[in-house]
Amino acid sequence: MGKVIQIAPVTRIEGHAKIAIHLDEGGNVADAFLHVQSLRGFEKFVEGRPAEEIPRIVNRICGICPWMHHLADTKAVDRAFGVAPAPAGHRLRELCQVLAHINDKILHFFFLSAPDFLLGPDADYAVRNVVGIVKANPELARQVVKMRQLGQMMLERFAGKAIHPIAGVVGGFSKPMLEEERREMVGDARVLLDFSRFAIDYAKEHVFSLYRGELQELGNISTGFLATVDRRDSSLQLYDGKQRLMHLDGSHEDFEAEQYRDYIGEQVVPWGYSKIPYAKCWNEGFAIDHEQPRGIYRANTLARINVCDSISTPQAQAELEEFRATFGRPAQQTMLYHYARLIELVYACERTIELLEREDITDTDVRAKVEPAAGRGVGIVEAPRGTLIHEYTTDDRGCVTAANLIVGTTHNIGPMNMSVKQAAHALIKNGHHSPELLNRIEMAVRAYDP
Amino acid sequence: MALRTAFEWLGACSGCEIAFLNIGEKLVDLLDRELEIVHAPLFMDHKYGAAADESGKISLPQADLGFVSGGVNNEEHLAVLEEMRARCNFLVALGTCATHGGIPALMNIRDQQESWQEIFTTSPGGSEAAATLPDIEVPAPLKRVYGCDEKVKVDLLLPGCAPNPEQMYAVIRAVLDGREQELPGRSVCDTCPVQREGKGTLRQMKRFVTNADYDEQKPIAEMRCLLEQGFMCMGPVTLAGCATSGAPSCIQARVPCRGCFGPVRPGGNQMLDMMNAMASNGIDIKSVVDRRSILRFSGAHGRLRHLKKRRM
Repeated sequence: MGKVIQIAPVTRIEGHAKIAIHLDEGGNVADAFLHVQSLRGFEKFVEGRPAEEIPRIVNRICGICPWMHHLADTKAVDRAFGVAPAPAGHRLRELCQVLAHINDKILHFFFLSAPDFLLGPDADYAVRNVVGIVKANPELARQVVKMRQLGQMMLERFAGKAIHPIAGVVGGFSKPMLEEERREMVGDARVLLDFSRFAIDYAKEHVFSLYRGELQELGNISTGFLATVDRRDSSLQLYDGKQRLMHLDGSHEDFEAEQYRDYIGEQVVPWGYSKIPYAKCWNEGFAIDHEQPRGIYRANTLARINVCDSISTPQAQAELEEFRATFGRPAQQTMLYHYARLIELVYACERTIELLEREDITDTDVRAKVEPAAGRGVGIVEAPRGTLIHEYTTDDRGCVTAANLIVGTTHNIGPMNMSVKQAAHALIKNGHHSPELLNRIEMAVRAYDP
Repeated sequence: MALRTAFEWLGACSGCEIAFLNIGEKLVDLLDRELEIVHAPLFMDHKYGAAADESGKISLPQADLGFVSGGVNNEEHLAVLEEMRARCNFLVALGTCATHGGIPALMNIRDQQESWQEIFTTSPGGSEAAATLPDIEVPAPLKRVYGCDEKVKVDLLLPGCAPNPEQMYAVIRAVLDGREQELPGRSVCDTCPVQREGKGTLRQMKRFVTNADYDEQKPIAEMRCLLEQGFMCMGPVTLAGCATSGAPSCIQARVPCRGCFGPVRPGGNQMLDMMNAMASNGIDIKSVVDRRSILRFSGAHGRLRHLKKRRM
């Protein structure tokens, strides 16, 4: 047996994971793993709780995307109780959801990933971070901090809490939007749209341009893709739509939330605490093999940009066209997750403005009548990290009897393992490795924003 | 000299770290001049040990100030927490998971090891069920979920789900200035501006399946107390501190409090206190569905326990 290289913990990601790279006697890569280290057991301890309380319990799965869990849950419990949410409440939920996407993308791109590109993958670990950016480019850092804060404060002022929200409720929303709130938020959203334009132009010049060099190949694998699209025109949707599962060749099948079990299976592996979703409907089994994968698809930004036929807002659509002209559809390069993330940032800003400019956004009838009931409901939204699936079964009192949650990140556990293997094979030869080289392997993980 | 500061997270969601970032623009100056971040998995690349070290030993740098978020639910959490305690001069348990168990301590209603097992052996999504819990290169579960102060000495408990960024900033300032940090010991109700009209004829608690009764054009201060409207609102038994602009956060959204800052006094019991408050106001406590989840934020310290199923 050869040695094992450990990267523990994987850093500048949002969860708990470590990488283990197994070398053979000759010091070449025999195998590599991304081990998910954390489990809290939400699926179990929500059992017995009144279902209307779940949206404000399960948001604690993730403090970075609490709105996604909160809202997928309101949708699931709506269905379990058999209520259609009030249209105004439905719109306010979407507004909060796209707003939360804005903050998340700024956070991920600038705070977590950008140091690898702006300071370089070889920069010393002590400076290769957001503090390093503060010191190297204080103007940029200040602007980024300000913009992220603006998005967070828009949510907090309107909905009470930005982290671990409470305003989404079964049947709709807890409060309507006042005209003065609307006016203020439109102004703020325009500032964010300007910033998103700056961000994507800046990234094209300083980050994506690097992809033509050594980073072009980093973590590359070929897989299918899963995301949500509009039911009518198959445009990009973050809050509500149908699910689209795309094959390697671009062909696809579409399905509704309630049918997800027919399409997606979950594989248990003994080396990590996350179950690994796979495309059960492809009937090819499951294998995390970076050269011959079976049942493996990816989710998150690149998936959404790949599976949609178009984007409904003009500036993001123009970006999509430019992206497709260069990289094709479906694009497979792992580093393109960052590029797709910033296209979505532009979309989220445009969509926020679009929603806020609707006259009916201030309708006061925000919550439908709700009676706790027995039923089953599936709620799906696109979380920043991928298609988020919440399923609940309730009893006659409207209390949860069973829950199944497929969290956005987990779709990419298989692919991340493949990208780690690919990067490790490409970079580690004859036992030679260095911190700089290992950081490149982490970069292959970071692209997925786990 | 910049203050050497370390962050760690245990069974956490990263909301506490996001709250730190929500300090906002003041953060840029903190990071530029006053803090030297020596370890923080979310945003910098310090590792537990050298890549070639196969011992798995966790080694952290010395720090003046340490923040640890999340509760303790597996063996690695325990090792990380002990190392943080050993290395940090002033250790803050950050957020309600670290101080009182938080939402993940709802697990304490059950048997944690059994529940983890069930997650992997049942197959609701048509998954291929494994016979056992994953056990390769993953930390083993503990019997239950613990608050940090059940395992090590903690210098300050700073609860909140999420914690208030202003309070975090105040703690950092106090440590920078060498002052003691005092946290207010008031209840959410003490800081809530709504209208209270005193005891009514209320006998039953309602579930929050209808919105509160209020005029959206009027400020929060003109809304009637949600508890008096018959909604279970845990303001009376919950530590204040969530408010960032006027009313407590949930009240700001016209939604009742669920107790996310934990009990008013660190050793308090939110469920007993709430039951007493309701009973003394003539409310039938049996009308509260799922009473134990009143402890949903403070189920560590033995508050929530697994009750063995009675034999038939």
